[in-house]
Amino acid sequence: MGTREVISTGNDLSARAAVDAGCTFFGGYPLTPSSEVMHTISDLLPKVGGTSIQMEDEIAGICCVIGASMSGVRALTATSGPGMSLKAENLGLAQMAEVPLVCVNVMRGGPSTGLPTRVSQGDIKQASNPSHGDYRSITLCAGTLAECYTEVVRAFNLADRFMQPVIVLTDETLGHMHGKAMLPTVEEVKAGIVPRKEFTGDPKDYHPYECGPTEPAVLNPMFKGYRYHFTGLHHDKNGFPTEEIETCRKLIQRLEDKVVVHQNEIELNEEFMCDDLTGEDGEVLIIAYGSVSLAAKEAIRHLRKDGIKAGLFRPITIWPSPAKRIKHFTDKIKNVLCVELNIRQYTEEIERASSRLDLEGLYKVNGRAISPHEIVAKVKEVF
Amino acid sequence: MAYDYNKFLRMEKMPTLWCWGCGDGVILKATIRAIEKMGWNQNDVCVVSGIGCSGRFSSYLDFNTVHTTHGRTIAYATGIKLANPDKHVICVAGDGDALAIGGNHTIHGCRRNIDINFIIINNFIYGLTNSQTSPTTPQGMWTVTQKAGNIDPTFDSCDLAIAAGASFVGRETMLDPKKMEKLLVKGFSHKGFSFLEILSNCHINLGRKNKMVSAMDNLNWIDSISASKAKYDKMSEEEQLNILPLGVLKQDEKAEEYCDLYQKVIDAQQGKRGKITQDDFEKKI
Repeated sequence: MGTREVISTGNDLSARAAVDAGCTFFGGYPLTPSSEVMHTISDLLPKVGGTSIQMEDEIAGICCVIGASMSGVRALTATSGPGMSLKAENLGLAQMAEVPLVCVNVMRGGPSTGLPTRVSQGDIKQASNPSHGDYRSITLCAGTLAECYTEVVRAFNLADRFMQPVIVLTDETLGHMHGKAMLPTVEEVKAGIVPRKEFTGDPKDYHPYECGPTEPAVLNPMFKGYRYHFTGLHHDKNGFPTEEIETCRKLIQRLEDKVVVHQNEIELNEEFMCDDLTGEDGEVLIIAYGSVSLAAKEAIRHLRKDGIKAGLFRPITIWPSPAKRIKHFTDKIKNVLCVELNIRQYTEEIERASSRLDLEGLYKVNGRAISPHEIVAKVKEVF
Repeated sequence: MAYDYNKFLRMEKMPTLWCWGCGDGVILKATIRAIEKMGWNQNDVCVVSGIGCSGRFSSYLDFNTVHTTHGRTIAYATGIKLANPDKHVICVAGDGDALAIGGNHTIHGCRRNIDINFIIINNFIYGLTNSQTSPTTPQGMWTVTQKAGNIDPTFDSCDLAIAAGASFVGRETMLDPKKMEKLLVKGFSHKGFSFLEILSNCHINLGRKNKMVSAMDNLNWIDSISASKAKYDKMSEEEQLNILPLGVLKQDEKAEEYCDLYQKVIDAQQGKRGKITQDDFEKKI
């Protein structure tokens, strides 16, 4: 695999990833600490013949992205917590109508206006179901500068594969971090693009929402001679509103199953220094994700120097959660420490997956990053 | 021979869910005739609707159709149009859709002057959901949310569109389908944001407690509160207070359309022209 060295910020890399992945439309609204994504992409897109528009509000930002995507283009929006709250209803429409898009959420302190220029991981739970109703969100969480790029690329491919919005969580630390990232080459990114499925037969035989019970809809781009209907209502095989009992049930079940059944295509984790963790007393498994994992890795190096066997399990695909892998790692080991920039938002998912209620936690909600020293001290204190 | 609407209708969706005597069907038919007059290819047209009775408009028309969330038609349509500047985009929204929950998008769609044809069906009430007050419900009328009488002031949506910068603004009523069709054709032909208000009836949910229980009663009321712009202009200010002018109220063919402006951004960023400066615009502030 070819690599290239780039020195940049997380937000800049997220924008560049989108353009390299073939995105030609951006719509959004400025929101700290995500605005630099728009700063970069508004400059880049016209150069490749694409379009970037600053809309009148966060809601319009997501709506125009959905509209553009319905016509077949790859489309991006970027925001932070308050914007996610505003975008929620229309993210729901995109889930229901199966319109792919990528939404980058550069997390800041919440709730409400919170801490606009400070880091947080407070949107983890929200990302699992931003709007009302049943569906399975696909949410990726970048943990390094390089992943601000690679996870956006992966998100576009997953969005087109599963025909739904994919959320990429980064955070203020990563978004504004300026440093070196080793990235795949643009050629590699382009070669890895998996375009949306398209129906090529007679328009009379085309039923966009008639697909296998665990497969996404096949939505041809607008204006290509395949006329059908998009709606946020429960709909039939051609997209038209219906209240027919079986059709309604099958539709919502399919929105669930198309993700759950294919989780192996979506799941991605990092296992750092976990190989020699056998479960003996005195060993520690740390579970962390996002920018916190950088501190966790540094802490693990310190702990190992001090003779404590420690390792990190880091979900990169946050939702659906890697429940089986969490179970595998937490089954034998006695000491598990969850580290999050929120209060137990993912710990509760780890408790569910591991069937354990004896997990230790280090949580911080004051807008400041967690240092490796704090993690080392916590490990020595509780285990 | 009777006009053949079938080729642009999804006949399997008939009958519509609209009430007997509703103006929406008349507006649907006028829209079809106007689209045919434009000679547009069926595959090149996108119809975007919101929530409310007008929200079903899109599902009955055999084009590329989108039924969006409440109030967001223009926001969706902006993405569709910007990504496909050579296609034709028509939005259909009700008064609640366009002026209450979606008011912000209406203002900014007008301001950008993007080439979207925005049909607003104003029936002065939230009809689908049983008579709640809308931003155009006249003061003093009964609504289910203001049973003692509506105290909320109304606003004139065409005045709003003109002030916000739409380059084509017109109003007609469903009482005269021919004039409505002509207005739609003019609006569709215009390059820029076309704000097309159609006054329509809801004798079921506006009329039932406001002494307009039949469609005709409701339509007579619409007739009594509207007059051609020519007649309106001759009226005293006192008379104008309770009259909505009909016809083309603004037409500015010089205003630059947003997709064309964005092409300048593309050209500038690709080095085909210099950066855009204030010198490019007549209006500096």
